[in-house]
Amino acid sequence: MPKVKLPRKSTNIDMTAMCDVAFLLLTFFMLATKFKPDEPVVVKTPNSISEIPIPDTDIMLLTVDPKGRIFFSIDNQIKRRTLIDDINQVKQLGLTDAEKELFKKGASIGVPFAQLKSYLSASPEDQKKMNDAASGVPADTSVTNPNNELATWIEGARTTNPRLRICIKADGDASYPNVQKIIRTLEGWKIFRFNLITGLKAVPYGTAAYVMQQGGRSK
Amino acid sequence: MAEMDTSSSGGHKKGPGVKKGKKLSTRIDLTPMVDLGFLLITFFMYTTTMSKPKTMEINMPYKDPNLKIEDQTKIKASTAITILLSKNHRVYYYEGLGQDSSKSPEYHATNFAPKGGIRDEIISKQKAVEELKRQGTLGPKDQTTILIKPDTTSTYDDLVNILDEMSINDVRVYAIVDISPIEQENIHTTETENGVK
Repeated sequence: MPKVKLPRKSTNIDMTAMCDVAFLLLTFFMLATKFKPDEPVVVKTPNSISEIPIPDTDIMLLTVDPKGRIFFSIDNQIKRRTLIDDINQVKQLGLTDAEKELFKKGASIGVPFAQLKSYLSASPEDQKKMNDAASGVPADTSVTNPNNELATWIEGARTTNPRLRICIKADGDASYPNVQKIIRTLEGWKIFRFNLITGLKAVPYGTAAYVMQQGGRSK
Repeated sequence: MAEMDTSSSGGHKKGPGVKKGKKLSTRIDLTPMVDLGFLLITFFMYTTTMSKPKTMEINMPYKDPNLKIEDQTKIKASTAITILLSKNHRVYYYEGLGQDSSKSPEYHATNFAPKGGIRDEIISKQKAVEELKRQGTLGPKDQTTILIKPDTTSTYDDLVNILDEMSINDVRVYAIVDISPIEQENIHTTETENGVK
């Protein structure tokens, strides 16, 4: 049999195309990435079938960690400044301008008013330590209770920004009485509509919601 | 291609004594660059949070301390089912509203399992209400009503789960109500009777 001579091919591949693709994807992911904001506590939210996305602006976030500590924050920095000015005046905290600026740029607050000044003046590392040891914002089921500081925060935030949507982000392991405190406080301020932040899970097959979802799609 | 034309033809020939400069290839090995590119892609892919968390909207019933009891909407006991959330994700339920103080309702224990859990009970209740509507015992406006009473030992997880069941089963009328001491007591007796710690 005559031997078929195959032409020898070079094993060098041109990497340019691959490189192009790699950097294209890299650019995409770099632009699409939105780093998570610094949160004082890690919260694992339960899942629900609800598909309503969180509004981007005007949100008040009430975080409840597994131990039941409550953390408070609102989103807009200008509104944060107004809020801390108000709170400072009402509660006579004696915050300096620098401390107010720190509040404006900071994350959630989980300390009582009495500790707010020392918390804001602390360094970021100390703040982290304080967050671990913090008691959370004191709350109660009644808004008229003077110890219900959460009520003061909520009222203050609502005056600075009346369009605030209230989102409760609680850990699945947080016990109900702690969540109840928030709900009762909100009810005390005549807020009956609020959002619970949850993960997403699939609609179980064959249920009423499943039928509705299918029907909605075929429309 | 990323190459430059280095074959500079057309130049005049140099003399015999002139040394020719060594031609260097302009091809660069791009493999390390690709490696780096993919490494960074992997990093960004892991750190990206593409899906935003979702929210669940809840409406609490309007509460006014000045509202008289007579003015409040009456719920018919035959449309209602009361669900009690207890510890360890256990769920108790009974038919009706539990307002009849003469006899305590029968408590049933269940859980959040997709089959044979609380969902099946809600669905069967809905069917029973539909049946009563057909018979004319209930008016056309009556709907299945669910009262959710979380015990102090329940977690937020339970609350979200039960609210989720409401939307899964399309229960329109439901309310989160405070648990009464009698009900807590009843849960406790049911637990001891069944040897649950």
